[in-house]
Amino acid sequence: MEAASELAVQELPAKEIVIALAGNPNSGKTTIFNSLTGARQHVGNWPGVTVEKKEGRLLSAGKTYRVVDLPGTYSLGAYSEDEIIARNFILHEKPDAIINVVDASNLERNLYLTVQLLEMGARVVVALNMMDEAQARQITVDREKLAGLLGVPVVPTVATKNKGVPELIKQALAAAGTGPREALKIDYGREVEAEIGSLGTVIAAQARLMDRYSLRWLAVKLLEEDDHLLQEIRRMPGAEDLLARWEKSLRRLREVAGEEAENLFAERRYGFIGGIVKQTVSRKTTLEQRLSLSDRIDRVVTNRFLGLPIFLLAMWAVFQFTFKLGDPLVGWVETFFAWLGGVTEGALGAAGAPEWTVSLAVDGIIGGVGSVLVFIPLIFLLFLAISFLEDSGYMARAAYIMDRFMHALGLHGKSFLPMLIGFGCNVPAIMATRTLENRQDRLITILINPLMSCAARLPVYVLFAGAFFSARQGWVIFSLYILGIVLAVVMGKLFKTFLFKGESAPFVMELPPYRLPTLKGTLIHVWERGSAFIRKAGTIIFGVVVLIWVLSVLPWGVEYAGQESLIGRLGSALAPVFSPAGFGKWEAAAALIFGLLAKEVVVGTLGVIYGVGEEGEGLAEIIGQQWTPLSAYAFMAMCLIYIPCAATIGAIKRETNSWKWTAFAIGYSLALGWVVAVIIYQAGRLLGLG
Amino acid sequence: MKPLGFLADGEEGVIKEVAGGIGIREKLRGMGVTKGKALRMIQNNACGPVIVALGEARLVLGRGMAQKVLVE
Repeated sequence: MEAASELAVQELPAKEIVIALAGNPNSGKTTIFNSLTGARQHVGNWPGVTVEKKEGRLLSAGKTYRVVDLPGTYSLGAYSEDEIIARNFILHEKPDAIINVVDASNLERNLYLTVQLLEMGARVVVALNMMDEAQARQITVDREKLAGLLGVPVVPTVATKNKGVPELIKQALAAAGTGPREALKIDYGREVEAEIGSLGTVIAAQARLMDRYSLRWLAVKLLEEDDHLLQEIRRMPGAEDLLARWEKSLRRLREVAGEEAENLFAERRYGFIGGIVKQTVSRKTTLEQRLSLSDRIDRVVTNRFLGLPIFLLAMWAVFQFTFKLGDPLVGWVETFFAWLGGVTEGALGAAGAPEWTVSLAVDGIIGGVGSVLVFIPLIFLLFLAISFLEDSGYMARAAYIMDRFMHALGLHGKSFLPMLIGFGCNVPAIMATRTLENRQDRLITILINPLMSCAARLPVYVLFAGAFFSARQGWVIFSLYILGIVLAVVMGKLFKTFLFKGESAPFVMELPPYRLPTLKGTLIHVWERGSAFIRKAGTIIFGVVVLIWVLSVLPWGVEYAGQESLIGRLGSALAPVFSPAGFGKWEAAAALIFGLLAKEVVVGTLGVIYGVGEEGEGLAEIIGQQWTPLSAYAFMAMCLIYIPCAATIGAIKRETNSWKWTAFAIGYSLALGWVVAVIIYQAGRLLGLG
Repeated sequence: MKPLGFLADGEEGVIKEVAGGIGIREKLRGMGVTKGKALRMIQNNACGPVIVALGEARLVLGRGMAQKVLVE
C-alpha cells in the first residue's frame, strides 16, 4: 500500500512547474528562497560563466516544484553578466511564475526591476518583503492599491519570520497556472511610440526574432540601444533592413528629444514608478534628517580614523575563532583518519587482501585523502564567521574601508576578503571570490590568491628556517610572507594590464542596513559552501592521491617513495631543472611533487625520503648537512609560489568553471616559482651569500 | 552644478546629470542614481569612495563614479 502511494506522489506531470526568484540584492530574496526550499537546494554555476546558480525544490500539498534563484539585480539591462543571465532565463526558459522580492522600505528603486519584468509579460507575484523594517521606519505601503496599479498580486512578507510565505506560495502557484499575460505598456510619449511602431513593423518581418521575443519589448530594447540584443541581431543573416531602420529611428529620436534616446525611456519609466509610489507609499516622518540605528553604527564603523582598526580587529576575531576552535577539531580529524587507517589495515590483512590493496587503501586513499580533508573543520568555521559578518551587513562596510588599498592593486574593494582568508587557507579564499560581481576582478583575485602564504606552508618554512637561520628564523619566515604579497601585487598589475584590458568595473555598492543574521540562513549559507568543497574538490584530490600513491609504490616491491620508485625516478629526472635554483636533488623534486597534494606534506615526504621521522632534530640535521642556507631559501620560495595544492586546484576549477584558467593558474605559478627560485639562488651566489 | 565628489558631509543635492557611457548610466540608474533624485552626502574623505544617502538606501560610490554624477 505504501509503495503505491509513494508512486502516486512521485508521478510528476510531463513538465515540472518552474518558479523563478528575482529581486534586488539585499532585498531578502535569499531568505525567501530558503523558506521555499529549506535544505532541498543545490548550488552550481550558470553554464559557461562564474556566476553562482541556486536551484531548489518547493514541496507544497504533496507536489514538488522547481525553484530557481536568479542572481540579485537592480535592473535587466545588457551591461552586467548577472543581468543578462537573469534576463535570458526569463525570456528563453520561460518560468511559469516569477516571485519578485521587493524591499518595502525602498519601493521606488525596487520597482525599477519590477516594471521591467512586467514589460516582459512575465507572470509576476510581488513579495513585499521586510515589512517589519518598513514599519520601524514608519513607512506604510497600500498593498491593495499597489496590486491594482501594477496589475499583479502583492503579498506582504517578513521572510526572516516566515510571515506571509504560505500566502506567497499560494499566489505564485496560482499565477503559474494562468495563461500568458499581457505585458505592461508604458506610454513613452508620442515621438517614441511612433518609432516603436515603425521599428516594430520591420521586426515583425523577422520570423526568428518573433519566435524569441515579443515585438514591443524588442523594439523598446533596441531603441534603448541594448548592446546584448544588438550583437545578437548583427550576427543574424538578413538583418540589414532592420539595422538600417533602427539607426534611422535612433537618429530621429535624438533630433526630436535632444538627448540620448535611452534617457527618454528611463525618464518615463521612473515617471510611471514615481506615480505609483506617490499613491501607495506614505511616511509619517520626513526621514531625510533622521539617522537610523545603522547610520549611527556606521558613524563609528566607517569613521576615517576608527574604520581601519575596527576592521583589523574584526579580521583578527575571525581568525582567532577559526583557528582556536578549528585546531582541536583538525586534531580529531587527523586522529580519526589514523584510526581508520589502522582499522582498515587490520581488516584487510585479516581478510587476506593482497599487499598492494592494503597499501592503496591505507597509504594511498586514507592517508592521502585524509591529509586534505583535515581542511574541513577550518573551512566550516571560517565560513561560519564570514557568513555571519556578510549577512549582518558588516562586510559591505569592510569593502568600503579596504577599497583604497585594493584600488592600488587595480582591484575592487571586495577583493580584500578572499586575499585575507588566503593567509589561512586558499581554498575557502577562492570560494569567497563569489561575492565579486565583476568577472575580471574575480579571475584576477583567484589567480593571485595562492600567493597569499597559507597555513600549510608554515611547517616547511619552520623546518628550513629553523635549520639554517635559527636565530633569525622569525624574520626569514616573515620575509617570505612579504614576498608573497609583493608578488601578488606585481602579478595582479600584470594580469590587469595584459590579460584583462579595459576599464575596471565601476565601484558602486549598497550598504544594507545592519541586520541580525538568522541561524537558519547562516547555517544554510555555510553548508552550501562547505559541502560543495567536499564534493567537488574531493574528486580531484582523490584522483591526485591515487596517482601519487601509484607513483610511490611502482615498480612493485620498491621502497615506498624511495629513489627507485617512479616518484623517485621522476624526481631524479626533474632534479636538473632545479639545479639553477640550488636544489637539484631528486629528494627535493620528489618532495615538491608530493607537495602538490598539500603543501605541508613536503615536510613529511622529506622525512620519509631521508629515512628519519618528521620530528625536529633528525630531519633538520640532515637538511643542514645536505643543503645550504641559500638553496634552502630558494626552496622555500619555490614552495610558496609553485603550483597550488590539489584542493586549491579543485577550488579554482570550481569557481572559474574553466579548465583553461585552471591550467593557466597551474602553469604560471610553476613558471613563476621556478623563475623566482632561480633568481634568488643565482643572485645570492653572485652576491657571495653561498 | 558640481560633481558629487565635491559635496561636503551632510550636504544635500539633486542629481542633474549622469555623465559617462551607457553602461555606467544604466548601472547607476538601476540603483536609483538618476536625474531628479535627491541625495545627501554622508561621508566624503578627500580620496577614496564616498557614502551617500538616497532615500532609505545607503550607497558607496567610487571616486571616479562620484565625479560623473553632477548635482545641484
